Amino acid sequence: MLKITNLHANIEGKEILNGINLTVNAGEVHAIMGPNGSGKSTLASVIAGKEEFEVTQGEITMDNESLEELSPEERAHKGVFLSFQYPVEIPGVSVTNFVKTAINESRKAQGLEEMSAKEMLQLLREKSELLGIDRKFLSRSLNEGFSGGEKKRNEIFQMAMLEPKLAILDETDSGLDIDALRVVANGVNTLKSKDNAVILITHYQRLLEYIVPDFVHVLYNGKIVKSGTKELALELEEKGYDWLKPETVI
Amino acid sequence: MAYTEEELKKELETKEYEYGFYTDIESDTFPKGLNEEVVIAISKKKEEPEWMTLWRLKAFKIWKEMVEPEWPNVKYEKPDFQDISYYSAPNVKPKYDSLDEVDPELLDTFNRLGISLEEQKKLAGVAVDIVMDSVSVATTFKETLAEKGIIFCSISDAIKNHPELVKKYIGTVVPQTDNFYAALNSAVFSDGSFCYIPKGVRCPMELSTYFRINQAGTGQFERTLVVADEDSYVSYLEGCTAPSRDENQLHAAVVELIALDGAEIKYSTVQNWFPGTKEGKGGVFNFVTKRGICEKNAKISWTQVETGSAVTWKYPSCILKGDNSIGEFYSVAVTNNHQQADTGTKMIHLGKNTKSTIISKGISAGHSQNSYRGLVQVGSRAENARNFSQCDSLLMGNDCGAHAFPYIEAKNKSAMIEHEATTSKIGEDQIFYCNQRGIDTEKAIALIVNGFSKEVLNKLPMEFAAEAQKLLEISLEGSVG
Repeated sequence: MLKITNLHANIEGKEILNGINLTVNAGEVHAIMGPNGSGKSTLASVIAGKEEFEVTQGEITMDNESLEELSPEERAHKGVFLSFQYPVEIPGVSVTNFVKTAINESRKAQGLEEMSAKEMLQLLREKSELLGIDRKFLSRSLNEGFSGGEKKRNEIFQMAMLEPKLAILDETDSGLDIDALRVVANGVNTLKSKDNAVILITHYQRLLEYIVPDFVHVLYNGKIVKSGTKELALELEEKGYDWLKPETVI
Repeated sequence: MAYTEEELKKELETKEYEYGFYTDIESDTFPKGLNEEVVIAISKKKEEPEWMTLWRLKAFKIWKEMVEPEWPNVKYEKPDFQDISYYSAPNVKPKYDSLDEVDPELLDTFNRLGISLEEQKKLAGVAVDIVMDSVSVATTFKETLAEKGIIFCSISDAIKNHPELVKKYIGTVVPQTDNFYAALNSAVFSDGSFCYIPKGVRCPMELSTYFRINQAGTGQFERTLVVADEDSYVSYLEGCTAPSRDENQLHAAVVELIALDGAEIKYSTVQNWFPGTKEGKGGVFNFVTKRGICEKNAKISWTQVETGSAVTWKYPSCILKGDNSIGEFYSVAVTNNHQQADTGTKMIHLGKNTKSTIISKGISAGHSQNSYRGLVQVGSRAENARNFSQCDSLLMGNDCGAHAFPYIEAKNKSAMIEHEATTSKIGEDQIFYCNQRGIDTEKAIALIVNGFSKEVLNKLPMEFAAEAQKLLEISLEGSVG
């Protein structure tokens, strides 16, 4: 589904990604771990198409089609979803209105008609129940005055509504207490299918107890320095990242 | 395309003014210039009684002694008042009983504006009194109104047919001496609307007037007078579009609202006059005096969505004279490119237990300047006066400006006055967030702006809210990428 080959990217001339190779197939869950500043969030932003970052080498393809020329919204229409580490506030725009706009813009791009009000309501009800979201929450302004947990839950709710092919969860676990983490993880697990894929970006192995990855990759200085299965995460928890510094690995 | 600061700038360049076309209806236009004879001629043309002519002449004398105000935070080349024609009327004199009799070209104009009379008629409960180039050319729903004793007609007709009402109220809220533009308007006003709601009557429909400036070089001086008698209610809508033109067009209207004991007036405006080109050439000068007076237990609400005009100078105000009276001001003002707006309100608390609310939303883009100017004044006898003001600014790009000039004068210790203000900027992060969810930048801006303006848009009558929302989008959209 997603194939990243020798990806180099920089911001204001500073190289952050330094030759990433990663293949994610449908039905898989990949975890990307690594210390602060290793390039995890940059990788997520580059896949989503944030233009601050300049791709200098390599390419990203989705379903064998290069994303290079596609704008962020076009990538979204193709099924890329990024759950933000710091979701922004949009005062005066309700969660419902925002999600409705997002769904209909994607449908428009695919040549479909707008979703009927009835279908939309049904979908809203179904997905909010799935994630244990109070209906009142849906009429609040997007992320305005939301707690950290509410913001993250709202991201997962949008993911549930948009049903993306590829979901990238950027530090979705940070700022969540254990109950919220369980709810969010539960949601992700329920939404997971053989047709979609998930990339989890996280610092800690804690999240991986709830969402079990098929593969774990360690990012260090803009490069994947080690890949393995879920046991790698446990090893990292125990030993930290130092033993994986490139010179040690060699 | 994704968003960067550079692209946002590009994107905010105005779309071609959508409604920029010109209707060729033969006009009866006065030569340029202003003197006593012109004032008398206007009055004659309108077949006015002598008292009205004298009233105009008094205003003209006052105006001659006055100077244009310099205090607003706007810069423009002062109009040459001798280079303006002060009267222009469509050639078609008789009023019509049905749409079939109306000049098809005029109907076509309205169709192109998307506000066709047919549509208007279908909109449940909306009577339309269209003012095109100063003279009302079509009036509908008059009979229904007449049954309730409601008078809704052009001010010229009111002067002829209801002189006692006009004489009693005109100039009582905005006197001829009030300010430079009000004095000018009092001398030369050509037409406008008059509305009277009798005691205890609730007007069953939204009354609405569409204004349009149509003759090259003709200033428009509308005069509106709304009188709501005791315990009555009326909702009045005013909306405007104008053809695109290179030279500046002056508009100096006066609106007076009178809410007698227990009456309520809602006055809503959607203003979309030609703002000038994106280089800042041309556009309408909108120098308007709007004020209402509330007697005991009365209420006046002003709601405005201002997207047009090159220069706006406008402060819809409330004099809360009666005890327990309420004044409200809800405003969205958008400026883009080189537009300048200095707008706000005055809430004058004179009676006891008077309350006022001010919600002002300013949106600036391009190279525009957007100022809020508001006065909250509490008189010495206004026990327990309350005011809440909220003043929010939204900036787009780095070349525009938002300013606030709040004035508070309280002469009574029991007054409670609250003022909140925020300034925010549409950020790259907000845009990217929307983009990531599949919403393109243009739509994202519309979404953010509508969210920002929601509290005010919600105050508009239903049929107006959609139009206003569309206008906000048109005013801020540009060719993407």
